[in-house]
Amino acid sequence: MEKKTLVMGVIGADVHAVGNKILYHAFTAAGFNCVNLGVMVSQEEYINAAIESNADVIVVSSLYGHGELDCRGMREKCDEAGLKGILLYVGGNIVVGKQPFDEVEKRFKAMGFDRVFGPGTPPETTIAALYEDLGVQPPEETEE
Amino acid sequence: MKPVLLMDFGSTYTKVTAVDVDSETLLGTASSYTTVQTDIGEGLQNALNILEQKTGKLDFSERYACSSAAGGLRMITSGLVPELTAEAAKQASLGAGAKVIRVYSYELTKKDVAEIVSSHPDMLLLVGGTDGGNSECILANARKLSQVEPICPVVIAGNRNCADECEELLENWETHVCENVMPKFNELNIEPAQHEIRQIFLNRIIHAKGLSKAAELISGILMPTPAAMMAAMQLLAEGTKTESGIGELVAVDLGGATTDVYSIADGMPTQSNTIVKGLMEPYAKRTVEGDIGMRYSIWGIVDAAGIDRVSQLSGIAPERAKEMIQFLSENTETLPKDQEWENLDFALASLAVETAVARHAGTIEQVYTPMGLAYSQIGKDLTPVRRVVVTGGAIIHTKRTGEIASHSLQSPNQPGSLRPADAKFLVDRKYILAAMGLLGQYYPDTALRIMKKELAEATE
Repeated sequence: MEKKTLVMGVIGADVHAVGNKILYHAFTAAGFNCVNLGVMVSQEEYINAAIESNADVIVVSSLYGHGELDCRGMREKCDEAGLKGILLYVGGNIVVGKQPFDEVEKRFKAMGFDRVFGPGTPPETTIAALYEDLGVQPPEETEE
Repeated sequence: MKPVLLMDFGSTYTKVTAVDVDSETLLGTASSYTTVQTDIGEGLQNALNILEQKTGKLDFSERYACSSAAGGLRMITSGLVPELTAEAAKQASLGAGAKVIRVYSYELTKKDVAEIVSSHPDMLLLVGGTDGGNSECILANARKLSQVEPICPVVIAGNRNCADECEELLENWETHVCENVMPKFNELNIEPAQHEIRQIFLNRIIHAKGLSKAAELISGILMPTPAAMMAAMQLLAEGTKTESGIGELVAVDLGGATTDVYSIADGMPTQSNTIVKGLMEPYAKRTVEGDIGMRYSIWGIVDAAGIDRVSQLSGIAPERAKEMIQFLSENTETLPKDQEWENLDFALASLAVETAVARHAGTIEQVYTPMGLAYSQIGKDLTPVRRVVVTGGAIIHTKRTGEIASHSLQSPNQPGSLRPADAKFLVDRKYILAAMGLLGQYYPDTALRIMKKELAEATE
């Protein structure tokens, strides 16, 4: 089966590189073709990468609390760039301080994100969501 | 003695260089004015006569040529996202020695196609999408092109998954499929496309431009002149198996109409906590500033640097400087006749070098993050480069070469510009670099040793 492509990275002025690497390895092992933009990624970079690689989903990470500001207008820019209906995921410490997650999720969904993941989400949760939304199955175990 | 002749067919001059490969010495150089109308062989014969007056009769065993005549290798490129595959296509073409007359991104319109046809390029480079990525754009562009009469060869170097389909769509055109210029996101792979471009240049373009008239005199026209220059710089930097090179370098070729800058350097960040943004740039990179030149593009220098700086560097009042610049732009063959004109040319050359190298080099800026200070770098960091090679009439025919060349270095006014921090300046006094690029194809050690010997060090 053809691999689905995802574009990933840490948005804004955020330099948290470790989680980004862990997610990259987890997504790759889960059978996705990952375009990893690393840290300090702007909205335009996600969008340009998604255009060139014909991505199915953009996975935005944010750990430093400014995610809400950084993510504003991303869906509109995707629409403008011709990426109509591309899946947008966001996860991490995406807001300032401790706020009830259901309110945070509501706000990000209103911004056009399809899935919102709170602090401490294990990669498996996101991967399960990707399989479901993209309608694909985990890769079969193959012997090396 | 085994003399070899190296020829450079330019649009206004034919330059010849004679080298003895046995003793590894430069026998002489000469140039002759050629017009577009005159037969290319005539200009060559004149140049050879001048050369033989200096050196005596020479019996050449081999003859090689490069050419930028008839506008050079004029290319149009088309990619997807401007900062990504469209930029990669431009880099590939420039590195192959082409003159890039237009870069298109996203889908071509009918008007774009009409523009392409009317600008008569020698070659098109069609790219877009990573391998397995976007295919809509390149296919749409191939379809649009297929609706008009073929005008030139097309190199297809985009998403490999739709290369076949592109070729089928363009069945009336001469197509050449090669590897994607960006097979993976942000991974530049421009050498295969460059190789293809050079092959087409060799096999087809030379004949189309009437250069084969001189063919019986020549063992081979090898490449466009800028590609010969690039080859020389790469040889000089890297050396050969037996002879060491001089290490990473930047080269500036200041012309009347354009200024070319070359860097042979990896350009990786030199400070820790630096994050590199934007498209990865090639190790051997060439940029052409079409608006920066000493005569035809003289106003471009003023636009870029400002008349105040021209005035400050030349010591000529702004109004007077403007008058003089206007005169030079209308009388492009003018050489400086007295101290005042020399001062003006000095200021213009300095600012042209500064502008062109600043555009070529990367930039860095400070970013304050919650984790502390970080740096964001775009393009190549050339600060550790310790050699700057300069060529071009306005630089080599003046006593103030070192001063002009020093404008290629970092300056306190532009702390974010990643130009060399400190460098030795090497001057191509005899104008031999393109010739050495040619010679280096057959005699790399000899070409390298002659360059090391002939490039003179200039001091500020």
